[in-house]
Amino acid sequence: MAFTFAAFCYMLALLLTAALIFFAIWHIIAFDELKTDYKNPIDQCNTLNPTVERVKKIKRVKIALKLVLPEYLIHAFFCVMFLCAAEWLTLGLNMPLLAYHIWRYMSRPVMSGPGLYDPTTIMNADILAYCQKEGWCKLAFYLLSFFYYLYGMIYVLVSS
Amino acid sequence: MSAPAGLPPRPAGAVAAYPGGPGGSREAAAPQGAAPRCQNGPVQSQMQFPSGYGSHPPNYSAPSGHYSQVPSKAVSSHLDNQYRASYQSPYYSAPAQNVMTPPVGTNVLNTRESQQFYNSSTPPHTVGLTEGPAQGAIPSGSYVYTSAQQSYSAFGDHYNTSVSSSVASQGFPLNSDHYAMPVVSSAMYPNVSYPPAATSSMYGQAFTSQSLPAAGQFKETNTFSSQSTSVPHSLQQHVPVGYNSTLSTISSAQSFQDNLSKSLTGSVAKVNNQVNRGGIDSSQPVHSVSQNVQLTKPGFGAPASSALISSVRTPAPGLSSQPRSSPSITQSPDSALQEALDSSSTTSSASPVLNNYDALEGGGYPETRSVTNSPVPTPPAPQTSKTSKPFGYGYPALQPAYQNTSPPTPVQATNPSHHPGFQHYPQQYPGVNQLSSSLGGLSLQHSQQPEGLRPINLTQDRNILPVSSVPAPVPNLNSDLRKLNCSPDSFRCTLTNIPQTQALLNKAKLPLGLLLHPFRDLTQLPVITSSTIVRCRSCRTYINPFVSFIDQRRWKCNLCYRVNDVPEEFMYNPLTRSYGEPHKRPEVQNSTVEFIASSDYMLRPPQPAVYLFVLDVSHNAVDAGYLTIVCNSLLENLDKLPGDSRTRIGFITFDSTVQFYNLQEGLSQPQMLIVSDIDDIFLPTPDGLLVNLHESKELIKDLLNALPNMFTNTRETHSALGSALQAAFKLMSPTGGRISVFQTQLPSLGAGLLHSREDPNQRSSTKVVQHLGPATDFYKKLALDCSGQQTAVDLFLLSSQYSDLASLACMSKYSAGCIYYYPSFHHSHNPAQAEKLQKDLKRYLTRKIGFEAVMRIRCTKGLSIHTFHGNFFVRSTDLLSLANVNPDAGFAVQMSIEESLTDTSLACFQTALLYTSSKGERRIRVHTLCLPVVNSLADVYAGADVQAVVCLLANMAVDRSVSSSLPDARDALVNAVVDSLSAYMSTASNLQQSMLIAPNSLKLFPLYVLALLKQKAFRTGTSTRLDDRVYAMCQIKSQPLVHLMKMIHPNLYRIDKLIDESTIHVNDRVVPQPPLQKLSAEKLTREGAFLMDCGSNFYIWIGKNCDNNFIKDVLGYPNYASIPQRMTQLPEIDALPSERTRSFISWLRDNRPLSPVLQVIKDENPAKTDFFQHLIEDRTEAAFSYYEFLLHIQQQICK
Repeated sequence: MAFTFAAFCYMLALLLTAALIFFAIWHIIAFDELKTDYKNPIDQCNTLNPTVERVKKIKRVKIALKLVLPEYLIHAFFCVMFLCAAEWLTLGLNMPLLAYHIWRYMSRPVMSGPGLYDPTTIMNADILAYCQKEGWCKLAFYLLSFFYYLYGMIYVLVSS
Repeated sequence: MSAPAGLPPRPAGAVAAYPGGPGGSREAAAPQGAAPRCQNGPVQSQMQFPSGYGSHPPNYSAPSGHYSQVPSKAVSSHLDNQYRASYQSPYYSAPAQNVMTPPVGTNVLNTRESQQFYNSSTPPHTVGLTEGPAQGAIPSGSYVYTSAQQSYSAFGDHYNTSVSSSVASQGFPLNSDHYAMPVVSSAMYPNVSYPPAATSSMYGQAFTSQSLPAAGQFKETNTFSSQSTSVPHSLQQHVPVGYNSTLSTISSAQSFQDNLSKSLTGSVAKVNNQVNRGGIDSSQPVHSVSQNVQLTKPGFGAPASSALISSVRTPAPGLSSQPRSSPSITQSPDSALQEALDSSSTTSSASPVLNNYDALEGGGYPETRSVTNSPVPTPPAPQTSKTSKPFGYGYPALQPAYQNTSPPTPVQATNPSHHPGFQHYPQQYPGVNQLSSSLGGLSLQHSQQPEGLRPINLTQDRNILPVSSVPAPVPNLNSDLRKLNCSPDSFRCTLTNIPQTQALLNKAKLPLGLLLHPFRDLTQLPVITSSTIVRCRSCRTYINPFVSFIDQRRWKCNLCYRVNDVPEEFMYNPLTRSYGEPHKRPEVQNSTVEFIASSDYMLRPPQPAVYLFVLDVSHNAVDAGYLTIVCNSLLENLDKLPGDSRTRIGFITFDSTVQFYNLQEGLSQPQMLIVSDIDDIFLPTPDGLLVNLHESKELIKDLLNALPNMFTNTRETHSALGSALQAAFKLMSPTGGRISVFQTQLPSLGAGLLHSREDPNQRSSTKVVQHLGPATDFYKKLALDCSGQQTAVDLFLLSSQYSDLASLACMSKYSAGCIYYYPSFHHSHNPAQAEKLQKDLKRYLTRKIGFEAVMRIRCTKGLSIHTFHGNFFVRSTDLLSLANVNPDAGFAVQMSIEESLTDTSLACFQTALLYTSSKGERRIRVHTLCLPVVNSLADVYAGADVQAVVCLLANMAVDRSVSSSLPDARDALVNAVVDSLSAYMSTASNLQQSMLIAPNSLKLFPLYVLALLKQKAFRTGTSTRLDDRVYAMCQIKSQPLVHLMKMIHPNLYRIDKLIDESTIHVNDRVVPQPPLQKLSAEKLTREGAFLMDCGSNFYIWIGKNCDNNFIKDVLGYPNYASIPQRMTQLPEIDALPSERTRSFISWLRDNRPLSPVLQVIKDENPAKTDFFQHLIEDRTEAAFSYYEFLLHIQQQICK
């Protein structure tokens, strides 16, 4: 029972994954709001009138879309940690997602700042549906890995 | 009976008769009738008929019907005319059963009137008539029509009376007319044309068809019975007929029993007649239906209805067709009717009425209705069962209409009554067929194989181009809805038959989408000022012609099906100054309307019109010489700029610095302020840069006069476009408005600078075409900022070299601006472009403009919007934000079907464009399109609109080119043809696989797709400059369909032998209409002269051996050799060929906003390649000929 670097990695990953789960949920909500926005019956008189609620919602969506880069960085960060800790199996499990993130960011639309989503195309039904699906898949992945890290942490602690 | 038939034609006579009898009553009735709309109910029935005949039947839908209203309303309407036509034939034949001969003529009248009568109370009179004649009466049907026709006014009258006259046609109060004036009636008659039917026989038949309805409805019939006695009366009764249809069906049964049974068939006949009318009226058939229902109720309550009489007996005979009623019918033959007529009728009627309602709602109607018309064979019988009964109820009137429609239809109609019916019933009604056999006249069958499905063997049939331009397919709706539907110029759908499920759509392999031209210049647009704009409370849909009125106080949304209240204010119709007819309000009569919006629709006070011109004055620009043209155009059109007293204007020029102009009122001359800090741009003075056009007009004129010469000696070659745009944005952001940017080269300094990305060696590459997307997001971000401040950026790119339009275009794309591109622009070296700029500017400066606009597209529940195409920013899934909207902007929308549409027979789409006019008014322009829903693949193909499909595919292909690659997009286009044709061929199993077969509706599909593949935007292998390609793509995205089609597939005419045949007359001018030629060199002969209309260009190609007379008379030169290389105008020569040619060309020009540039081309002319590249059916080095393309497709299909 020793507190090794590997155990530390797992604990850190556990905490960060909890944060990622939170991000993923926010991501899903944001896109769902984008998609269903038009059903807002409050928006009665004037489509131009941004009601207070609307503004709040837009802010939320914007924040959610800005969480993309932190998410990628956090994930890349604990991948590197696992590499250092020589946890090959865990690293292997995370490689596909890391590769996906890199691909996704490389193929983002032309834009000068950081970011992934282009406000002029995001409302396209295909892109919207894709992003929603992406959100759900990531949520599932993070949930599974959360339990895997928990198991990994205990295993490392016990076995050493 | 036969006599009656004859009568119809002379309505006048008939009328007279009426008067005699019921005359007084009629009049009274008429007013009642007013309710025309109400009558809708009847209408429905009518509608059916018509459709029935043709193909429409299905449509009925009558959705509108519901209006039902108080008795007074009499809705109905009006459609008649149309119907009539159809009806007559069929119906008449049926000869009216009812008959009452004497009356016959009268009957007819009656029919129309009948409704009125009902309303009016006249009933009694009428009643009597019918019967005797009963059988004889036949003709009546025809009468019906007439009534319908009448205009609203009449109705109005009716209304007053309340009750009866359902008839209706809104506008026309025919009914009333009858009453009031014989004349009218006479008019009607004509329509009718009653054939003299053989009464007796007819009855039998007629009844069948008619009878049912009649019965229901009608009491009228009763009248008839009575009629027998007094022939004349019968006429009156008829009127109701229309109503009958609806009512009858329902009530008929009941009533039948009561009165009906007795009532004579004759009455039935009347009914029929009525029906016919109804049909006519029907323009709002649907309505009528619903109305009926409602009406009926009211009727009950109100005695008025009772007045009607009711008696109908059904013309039992008719029944046959309509079984239900039949029983009654049978009875009817006898005298029973008569009883009904008078006293009994009233009373009885009441009861019947009830029944009717039920029936209506229940849907039983249909059958009955159908009955009515039958008359096929002989003419006669007109009025058969007018059965007025229902009338009493008021509603009845409506029904009649239904009845008219032929039985089968009626059935459908019934349904509608419930709802509205949009259903079409596309199919025919069996009943109809039966009838037809006997009637002979009805031609329902047509619809069997729609023209759109006729198979065409593409490889063998070489002449597939129509003689004149390709018309938009007409949705398979009943004629009422068809009339109300939005113009295809503003609103088109790729599939005019909407598939019921996404699975069916996938099977058809055709894209589903809309093509919009929402802000088109309209010559006629109802503008509505009202303090409350009636909208659905749940989905916010604007009230439109396709909603259904459940009763007078409630309407049902046609998109989300929510039931809403009709506001008090909406009950008053400002057009007719009458109360209680919400269904007649202009909002419900027009599918394109404009509302003046209240302050609820404003975020801020409406902005003034603000125009800012940003002009490039670098050396390159001065050399090209565009400044002179722009300044002169502005000077000329300064007073025509749309705007009011608040209009503001400003100017910015830029090279490597940015120059502002202070035009503050009071200055002696314009003051130039130069800002050279382009990395951190600022406004040199807080005000004076955007000035009031009227207050500073002199200074503005001074500036415009001086501007072209101010920079003549400049040596500055750089362009700081990005900084100038930032400055412009700062200047505009407090108000919003329009920025017009004139740019002549690649921006080379400061923010937003670009580098040349084009490799000229790649221009004719057949592989990858790169750089179709923007190089930087600077312009996109700027556009989004502008859009947020209600500012649009319009780009004029006049460049002789590569200017990276792909990046620059973003500033317009996302701010809802427009893009103009003049390649190789030079004021003296390229006069054609200079002339084009001048003409474009004139249009650009003076056309209408809408500021701070948003456009929302709503569609029936189950459909959803997938993607938008055009210039705008998408704010929400169905909301486009348009900083400016102009009349030349088109939009495309891809749709998907999320939930199956099984529970509806009609799908509706509504676009609402909320904008601030240049006069500072907030306005909402609403377009509503209604289309049938189908569940078979064949129907989907039959309704395909090939032009819309091609335009939508072009838009999708542009997206694909940018997001993926050009070859991908080309493959997708070819696959679209291959997939849809192979899907079609697999549905038609009897086709030989070895041939390439397309349905008639898609016969031009391969040709258009080939044209697209050879279009600048998508072609490969031919040298195409990147900017030209990108510009073509921008145009595809933002042009409305009409212009886009000319761009894709130009029209070619031979003009050296224009003849007077097939000419049309426009404003006293004779315009020859030469046939369209295939776009193939095989059509070009050396002896001819040809005109090619490419939308923005006209080319006249003169063959080497062209007749010298033509050259002399039209071009003004003695022979071919002396024609100059550059010729852009036709001289005015006083010779017939010249006149014809010029009138033809000016006619072509009149039809479009941008005046195209004309170029005369000889063989050696360098513009020759421009001309020949449009001959898309020919083989080129890199592309298939049309025939090869077909073979290629066939090969792909067989794989």
